Amino acid sequence: MQNSIPQRSAAAGTTASSGIRYRLAVTARVLLALVGGYILTSAILILLALIWPLPKAQALAASTMLSFLVYVAVVIWIFSVRRLRNVCAGLLISTLLCAGLIWLLGGIA
Amino acid sequence: MKESFRQSMAWLHTWTGLIAGWILFFVFVTGTSGYFDDEITRWMEPERPLPLQQSLSGDREQLINTALDRLQKVAPEAQNWVVTLPHASLTPRGWHDFTLGWQDLPKRGQAFGLRGRETLSTETAAPLPPVEVRQTGGGMQLYRMHYALSYMPYPVGIRLVGLCTLLMLLALITGVVIHKKIFKDFFTFRPNKNRRSWLDAHNLCGVMALPFFLMITYSGLVFFAAQYMPAGIATLYGTDRPAARAFFDELTEREGDVYLAVTRPAANIETLLSTAEERWGEGQVASIRVEHLQGQPQHVDIERVAGDKVRYERQILRFDAADGTPLPSDPPLNATILTNETLRALHEGIFAGPWLRWLYFFSGLLGCAMIGTGMVLWSVKRRKRNHSDSNLGHRLVEALNLATIVGLPAGVAGYFWANRLLPLDMADRSAWEVHCLFLIFGEALLYGLLRDTRRAWVELLFFASAAFTLLPLLNLLTTDIHLGNTLARGDWALAGVDLTFLGLGALFAYMGIKVRRRWLPSPQKATAVEQQPRVAAAAREAH
Repeated sequence: MQNSIPQRSAAAGTTASSGIRYRLAVTARVLLALVGGYILTSAILILLALIWPLPKAQALAASTMLSFLVYVAVVIWIFSVRRLRNVCAGLLISTLLCAGLIWLLGGIA
Repeated sequence: MKESFRQSMAWLHTWTGLIAGWILFFVFVTGTSGYFDDEITRWMEPERPLPLQQSLSGDREQLINTALDRLQKVAPEAQNWVVTLPHASLTPRGWHDFTLGWQDLPKRGQAFGLRGRETLSTETAAPLPPVEVRQTGGGMQLYRMHYALSYMPYPVGIRLVGLCTLLMLLALITGVVIHKKIFKDFFTFRPNKNRRSWLDAHNLCGVMALPFFLMITYSGLVFFAAQYMPAGIATLYGTDRPAARAFFDELTEREGDVYLAVTRPAANIETLLSTAEERWGEGQVASIRVEHLQGQPQHVDIERVAGDKVRYERQILRFDAADGTPLPSDPPLNATILTNETLRALHEGIFAGPWLRWLYFFSGLLGCAMIGTGMVLWSVKRRKRNHSDSNLGHRLVEALNLATIVGLPAGVAGYFWANRLLPLDMADRSAWEVHCLFLIFGEALLYGLLRDTRRAWVELLFFASAAFTLLPLLNLLTTDIHLGNTLARGDWALAGVDLTFLGLGALFAYMGIKVRRRWLPSPQKATAVEQQPRVAAAAREAH
């Protein structure tokens, strides 16, 4: 796993930012944001719906409405963490944590 | 990802903005037009006479009875009957004639029954001959493209727009983060400084209407929340149609209503109308609706003229159709639905009167300006670095920027030209109105690819200006709803469409002049600009 982007060269400009390592790093972040971030957001919204003190359908509608803000926050986090390894670990752990809690709360239909 | 939080946010802002920019610009152009969709539809159906704005003349009780006779005859198997009294309202905006309408019970295997509508004489309540209108998509077709795009299946279109909207929300938030001096920059504008000017303009547009942008993106996402974020419904209810149905029924706290065919109410409608008018005031009744739900007595709803409350709310008085005793109307909505509907109402702005509506329109234009300047900024920054013509990717971005920022608005003008010029008996006429829009966009793209970028910008800006400026003239030549007639009659809804075309034409001409001055300096000026610093340096040395 590529653990960090060549810092200096990425900031330096054209020549370095078109390097293959830089491109791979960007692709990885984009994929993580699109797939990993979306899955984490979905998990958070289900968990939120289960613990929101409202009738089930209303709690779900409310947490679905709020989920876009969650997604944006998750994406910003994914792009702001320096090491790719930390992003992967963070996404994995928080998604598993949410899934476990959902399972405990009996949310799977 | 980068050295600092702010740097990575700047990177994210630049690239999300560029990727989503082209579609977002289209969404903002067509969506902004939607604030005047009713007016645009009227403009595109010139066969409709200017409204007479006549109130009922004669005995109202008699007229309504005649209307009910007519409904009994034409709609014996209907799930509702509606008699609309002449009035002005906001949904849809404008004058509403004396009409009757109905919806048949759905036939076996169909979800909805056919609808019917007739306009009645205000003197005799006899149905007036229907107006033959040209086939046109009107303002609605233009507006619909801002959330479903075109030339692709609906589910794909809304998801693509959803992704771009999310990227815009991201670009807005990161835009605020990277902006160190957001308040100070609000008052900063350095004209005639090329790159700095584009940046200042971008910041100015962005900051000026920031609350509007945040509201419009977020509420836009809320419209399709169940489609964009289906995980919750899928896990807690299930993935099939009945499961989704169950969720929505539970949410609205309403079971699937079953309608029965309505019959003529025995209660005296005139008495019910008087009761309603005592409560709301004279002329405040918009319509009378008859419905019969299974398990309930048949009822008559007297509906009030739509007011200017943010969230559209049907204000009704409900009566038993048999004897006219008051019935309770639908129970109040829960907080979640109220929130959802309020967000959507803010997005659509149906409640907005003329002044607020123009503010919506200008905020939409500012959105176009913010996105447009952002995209130009991206390519101007990279122009020198890429020596303009050599880099294919950069050239494509330049051409797409040009085609989107100038070609699409010109295409919208083309949409209106097509409405006036396409043969009236043409097959798929309304689809061709859209084809014309995108043909102009495509040609602008080709033009941008083949011609020198700076020249192409100036030429297309003047082309767009001409396309809009000449529309009122075309309208004068092809119809009788031109400015001469509409202004004389004080019909500001229709005149406003023509006047807005003129305004947009002037705007594009102004941009054409500005861009030409910056990007295509005349040979003399160019040398003058070059020599200036030398002269200044020489003067300094002399001292």
